[in-house]
Amino acid sequence: MLFALPALAGLLMFVAIPFLLAIGLAFTNLRLGSPLPLEFVGLTQFLRLFADDAFARALLNNLLFTLVVVPVQTLLALALALLLNQPLKGRALFRTLFFMPVVFPLALVSVVWILIYAPGPNGMLNSFLQLITLGEWQPRDFLHDPWLALPAIMLTSIWQGAGFQMVILLAGLQSIPEELYEAARIDGAGRWQRFWYITLPQLRNTLVFVMLVTTILAFRLFEQVQIMTRGGPRHATTTIMYEAVQAAFSRQQVARGAAITVIFFLLVLLVTLLQRRIAREERL
Amino acid sequence: MSWRRLVSMGLSYAALLLLAFLFVSPILLMLTGSMKADARVLVEAGSFRAFLPLDVDLQNYRDVFARVDFGRYLFNSLYITGMVVLAGLVVNSLAGYAFARLAWRGRRVLFGLVLAILILPLEAIAVPLFYQVTLFGWRDTYLVQIVPFIANAFSIYLFYTFFLGLPRELEEAARLDGAGVLRTFIAIIVPNSKPVFATVAILSFLSQWGVFLWPLMVTSGEAVRPLPLAIATFYTLPPLQWGDIFAFGVMMVLPILLVFLFFQRWFIRGVVATGIKG
Repeated sequence: MLFALPALAGLLMFVAIPFLLAIGLAFTNLRLGSPLPLEFVGLTQFLRLFADDAFARALLNNLLFTLVVVPVQTLLALALALLLNQPLKGRALFRTLFFMPVVFPLALVSVVWILIYAPGPNGMLNSFLQLITLGEWQPRDFLHDPWLALPAIMLTSIWQGAGFQMVILLAGLQSIPEELYEAARIDGAGRWQRFWYITLPQLRNTLVFVMLVTTILAFRLFEQVQIMTRGGPRHATTTIMYEAVQAAFSRQQVARGAAITVIFFLLVLLVTLLQRRIAREERL
Repeated sequence: MSWRRLVSMGLSYAALLLLAFLFVSPILLMLTGSMKADARVLVEAGSFRAFLPLDVDLQNYRDVFARVDFGRYLFNSLYITGMVVLAGLVVNSLAGYAFARLAWRGRRVLFGLVLAILILPLEAIAVPLFYQVTLFGWRDTYLVQIVPFIANAFSIYLFYTFFLGLPRELEEAARLDGAGVLRTFIAIIVPNSKPVFATVAILSFLSQWGVFLWPLMVTSGEAVRPLPLAIATFYTLPPLQWGDIFAFGVMMVLPILLVFLFFQRWFIRGVVATGIKG
């Protein structure tokens, strides 16, 4: 007990208590530096949030981000892992290169990608798109375009995160027993059949896990938005966490921030339970 | 080798090379840009010159030090990360050991709670924690960036699973020699558990080096701010000079990149360890 005491005290003090505090504060009117007395206001904060256009947009943006980034990033990571799971020369080097963006702090990644998305024909992405469309592409100002700002943030996030999933999937691929493939070969199964009937089912739990982690990361989306777009243009890239920080930190509305936190937690809990359920079905 | 195999290998290499270029180009852009005159960074971003370090000019690096106190931010990041990693190794390994190997009342219930906490990301408690440390009067300190992050449920879990797998004979021999629990832990368990210590150290280094949200909320002055926050501010500092920004970026990523390149095996193993949880 004594051995576990420091860690338990830390978790109690800085995780459990704040978590309970969030639930409590969400039902009050707490505002830092406000002259109003602290009051219990019931569901007012939640009702206000759901009536707020910016917050509705934040929920929608997180949902869109998840729906695009999770499948695209997982498929890309799976493709990379499958490519690297062959007996090729130089695979260690390729693995290093694909994993490298993962160690880059998101703040730095965001700043570098601002230049990639620079407007005008000199911008890196603009000229690249002009090159591959043979000059058809009209230069755009990606981060100030209401339709392109969120996709731009998605692309940046996929670039930064794919390597992380790749190494987990690669480990999953390497743990599939070779005998299964041998047996399939003897039965005359082609490459595609082996992938469909052996690789995918064997990799299922790993894939479910990887998608869960990416989904939760998608809900946490913050740095890229804060640095690249400040939630704009006109809330086009705002997110749950961006709204929470805006409320609690920039506007001192701690109670509103706490209410957003509670909603955020419920979403994460929902996704986790869903993953447990899908992963468990497999064992039956 | 058959033709079919050769073609498939050729296609694999072509795909890998193309993807590798796409993955590395932003990094090359930064590295190359950090070594050329500010005005040329943006102008040449659209040409092959963006990726080839044709000239090596360290003026941008000197400019960073002239414009901001880079050394200060670097120290802050190293200090905060170092303290969280080191204290975390001690505190969480002891807890993992207590849960895995020692018999005490309430062990099961408390471990269940630790597992429940695993799914709580920092974001889920950032706002109330911000309020709590404001009450403590901890804002704008190193303390507020270190203490809340020492105890970590996931680290405890990693230590726990590793210690469970160690043979019991190790400890029994030490106990017979009359060593106490703490002594057994330090002299027998720790030296036999290097892989898990390396994994936990690397994972917490990786997540700590990039922290942005929390220091943004709890620090306002430059004195205790870490590098990720500093580069976000540096980017907004007029005049906008991309060469300087990239030089800042290269210097800020260098420590973690070096650790990654030297300890790559452990890095990958650490990341894979996060996948075992499912």
